[in-house]
Amino acid sequence: MRDTNEMEVIFDSYSSNEGFARVAVASFMTQLNPTVEEVADVKTAVSEAVTNSIIHGYEQEIHKISVKCRIDKGVFIVTVKDTGKGIEDVEQAMLPMYTTKPELDRSGMGFAFMEAFMDKVEVESVPGQGTTVRMEKTIGKGRSLWTTQSL
Amino acid sequence: MKFQVEENCLTIFLPKEVDHHRAEEIRKDADAVIERNHIKYVIFDFAETEFMDSSGIGAVMGRYRLVHLIGGEVWGVHANARIKKILTMSGVTKIMQIYEEDGK
Ligand SMILES: Nc1ncnc2c1ncn2[C@@H]1O[C@H](COP(=O)(O)OP(=O)(O)OP(=O)(O)O)[C@@H](O)[C@H]1O
Ligand SMILES: [Mg+2]
Repeated sequence: MRDTNEMEVIFDSYSSNEGFARVAVASFMTQLNPTVEEVADVKTAVSEAVTNSIIHGYEQEIHKISVKCRIDKGVFIVTVKDTGKGIEDVEQAMLPMYTTKPELDRSGMGFAFMEAFMDKVEVESVPGQGTTVRMEKTIGKGRSLWTTQSL
Repeated sequence: MKFQVEENCLTIFLPKEVDHHRAEEIRKDADAVIERNHIKYVIFDFAETEFMDSSGIGAVMGRYRLVHLIGGEVWGVHANARIKKILTMSGVTKIMQIYEEDGK
């Protein structure tokens, strides 16, 4: 197999596309022969980032979200990008239990899950211009194959 | 949303994927039933749930806030290992008791 491979999907910020984004990323990831656990970790992290773009970035308005995946040897890199509202204080936003929308039943655990399930999480955000979340995870202690789990 | 009411107890049968998209619907439906039936105990049944993110945590916390006001409780049942991990990591198990069958 080649060492690198890339894909990008761009979709409207409908909440029904959250499941689509998870499935697209999970199926692209299969070429690395990840474990069930590794796929679940990446799906959760992607779901958190995409949901944040929908709820906080665009505040339920419909605009584009881009999810880019890159495989570089055994490393899986996924970047979720919106051109929404942006974050004033990224460090504060990433604190567990910090949320600006408690009234919408948000718990402030999104970034905490991304950090727990991925090896590396980097956030770049400019207020008024948008947010990019770049996450990395090394895949491949592979035992039970992903194909045993349904999308 | 699939649910069942017995006296003042509501069981919510959660879907396969509990994300923001599905959680919105659960929240709306559950809160209507909670109000209408004077629900005090809410049981989240995870038997069919394979995926959950922080939106599920928010759904549990939100319902807890509602029934807690009248001295109620929230419970979780039939959670698989992955779901239990998400629940534990979030700290929501401090307010939601997990019912363990046959010592699992
Ligand atoms: N893409 C984004 N655009 C604008 N603000 C964001 C974005 N992502 C996160 N934020 C801000 O960072 C805060 C923390 O995000 P995090 O995902 O950790 O928690 P949450 O989304 O509020 O709650 P939860 O993820 O538990 O439902 C959000 O409340 C929001 O203010
Ligand atoms: Mg979030």
